[in-house]
Amino acid sequence: MSSSVQDQPSSHSKEPQHISDPLAKTPSGIEIPITVTPYTAQGTPQAPGEFPYTRGIFPNGYRGRLWTIRQYSGFGTAEATNERYKFLLDQGQTGLSVALDLPTQCGYDPIHPMARPEVGKVGVSLSSLAEAEILFDGIDLSKISTSFTINGTAAIVYALYLAVSDNQGVPRNKLTGTIQNDILKEYVARGTWIFPIHPSMRLIADSVLFSNNETPRFNPISIAGAHVRDAGATAVEEMAYTLANGLSYVEEFKRRGGDINAFAKRLSFFFYVHMDLFEEVAKFRAGRRLWAKLLSERFGVTEDKALHFRFGVVCGGSSLTAAQPYNNIVRVGIETMAAVLGGAQSIFTCAFDEAFQIPTETSAEIALRTQQIVAHESGVARTVDPLGGSFYTEWLTDRMEEEILKVMGEIEDYGGVIKAIEDGYLQARIAERARERKQAVDDGERIIVGVNMGERESREQDSGEVFRLDPEGVRRVIEKYESLLDRRNQEQVDRSLSRLTDAAAKDDENVMPYLVECCHAYVTVGEMVTALKREWGEFREPIRF
Amino acid sequence: MTLAKKRILIAKPGLDGHDVGAKVIALALRDAGADIIYTGLRRSPEYIVKIAIEEDVDMIGLSILSGSHKELVDEVVAKLKEADADDIKLFVGGTVPVEDHEILKKAGVSGVFTSEMKIEAVVAEIHRQLSGAT
Repeated sequence: MSSSVQDQPSSHSKEPQHISDPLAKTPSGIEIPITVTPYTAQGTPQAPGEFPYTRGIFPNGYRGRLWTIRQYSGFGTAEATNERYKFLLDQGQTGLSVALDLPTQCGYDPIHPMARPEVGKVGVSLSSLAEAEILFDGIDLSKISTSFTINGTAAIVYALYLAVSDNQGVPRNKLTGTIQNDILKEYVARGTWIFPIHPSMRLIADSVLFSNNETPRFNPISIAGAHVRDAGATAVEEMAYTLANGLSYVEEFKRRGGDINAFAKRLSFFFYVHMDLFEEVAKFRAGRRLWAKLLSERFGVTEDKALHFRFGVVCGGSSLTAAQPYNNIVRVGIETMAAVLGGAQSIFTCAFDEAFQIPTETSAEIALRTQQIVAHESGVARTVDPLGGSFYTEWLTDRMEEEILKVMGEIEDYGGVIKAIEDGYLQARIAERARERKQAVDDGERIIVGVNMGERESREQDSGEVFRLDPEGVRRVIEKYESLLDRRNQEQVDRSLSRLTDAAAKDDENVMPYLVECCHAYVTVGEMVTALKREWGEFREPIRF
Repeated sequence: MTLAKKRILIAKPGLDGHDVGAKVIALALRDAGADIIYTGLRRSPEYIVKIAIEEDVDMIGLSILSGSHKELVDEVVAKLKEADADDIKLFVGGTVPVEDHEILKKAGVSGVFTSEMKIEAVVAEIHRQLSGAT
């Protein structure tokens, strides 16, 4: 039973009582009636698989194909990560998701002074083809899809993946996987930008257009709301910023001469799932519908597949707590349900200890098992969009769509996404929202079990095991790096780097083939980035809050 | 309780791009009356100490969520000592496992804050330490 204001016994006090009802609003601030009266959705949902796809992009939902279970993992050395991948694949994981360390993400080689403290910390160090060869040793890249959470250096990591699969003898048209390659949200929330916005957009267009031809089954961009969400944005803002960014990319690729019906088919999206189950489901249903409508109305996209809003999710993130970490297992279970009810194409479930460390083998396994339980025991995957037609779900989907459009309108009124980022407007907005969220938790308005309800005095993390990075790992990364510099063909390195520089200087040249050439010559990630920085400069972060 | 006239540098050392915690704390400290200087992302310990001295701050708050807190704190402390500026109080906020809190304190950090602490408590602790220091 709801504990809404109306249900409270009347108060003796003469002052009006402001009993805050934690159930009255979703985290995005949408007011929820106690009962949704029989409701017919505005865009009355057609059958799944029919435009605008509110109920899903496929008529047969998960009966045709279950979602991809894709656990994000990577740490320390390529050798250690390769071992973890083989373990995960043996356990039934169906796709790899590569976590890269910050030096690789920001384009610094491991010996750079800014890189040294960070080598191998939040992901694997991947400084050249030599490391990529170790990372994928014994893994057949024609059979497995690989996702890289990589943005600033996405084109380079994609080139490394092409080089390593070339060497494995895998035809490029067989490669499947994803690079995140969404720089716009990096400026707003995640912070691994390198170049200014315009050359970054060019680099993304280069890689996307190249991929459309060379690796037609590969997803060269995954437009991500996940990080702005985890930083503080609401579910509404997450979807609104992502769709707005998505439209900016579409415009850029079109401007570069791409065929929209071709590249739109390869666009994919990536979101967080936090705890409000119905708001999350409605977010995905509304986003899927809006994207199809926007592409069709604004760009005249006609092909079904090009209108499909395919998305992956991560369950957990900042909805997890360091306090009482076992509670996180339950949270991730509920979030996984929301992802499935929302129709996700791939799911990554965070491990319960992820709020404070790299998962141990045990916690990583529980996260994987959570998905298998939802997939094979819960029965939610039996029929497409099982919540479709529920008064609440349809009503909330419509409300979310309205709110998302409102936020998109605010960004457009401001002057568009790129201006909003250059001015630091979006960044400041996220920081404000984060502060509101934090304040609501501090004040007990928003309940987080274990943090402001049922908390215990003990600050012990009680996580069972502790993951420890092998301290020898960093030393080995650096040794391997130095020995590579000694043994590679320096003449070939210099030649391919200078060809890359020439290509970068010409706006109408696609740099991808030159990046692949550099990778084959064992040019390092840091060297390629340095060369490009010389041509393109670096982003200057607006400091505003 | 006021932090008026206190000058505080909020800094992001290393390559970690998670800046929301830093900004939330910066906003709260500013509302408590402090003058806030924020470095922006990806700053070297050397740069952070240089700015701290130029801006004559009472404290530096380092925000680190990449797990590199031990290395980065050691570097900042060393640079502060080198510059004879180790009277500037140093705090760390971010993802720091409990067992590392003592290690950081031994290295010269006055307080470690994690995301689950109340903002009020963070501000109060900074106030307590900064008023004791002057």
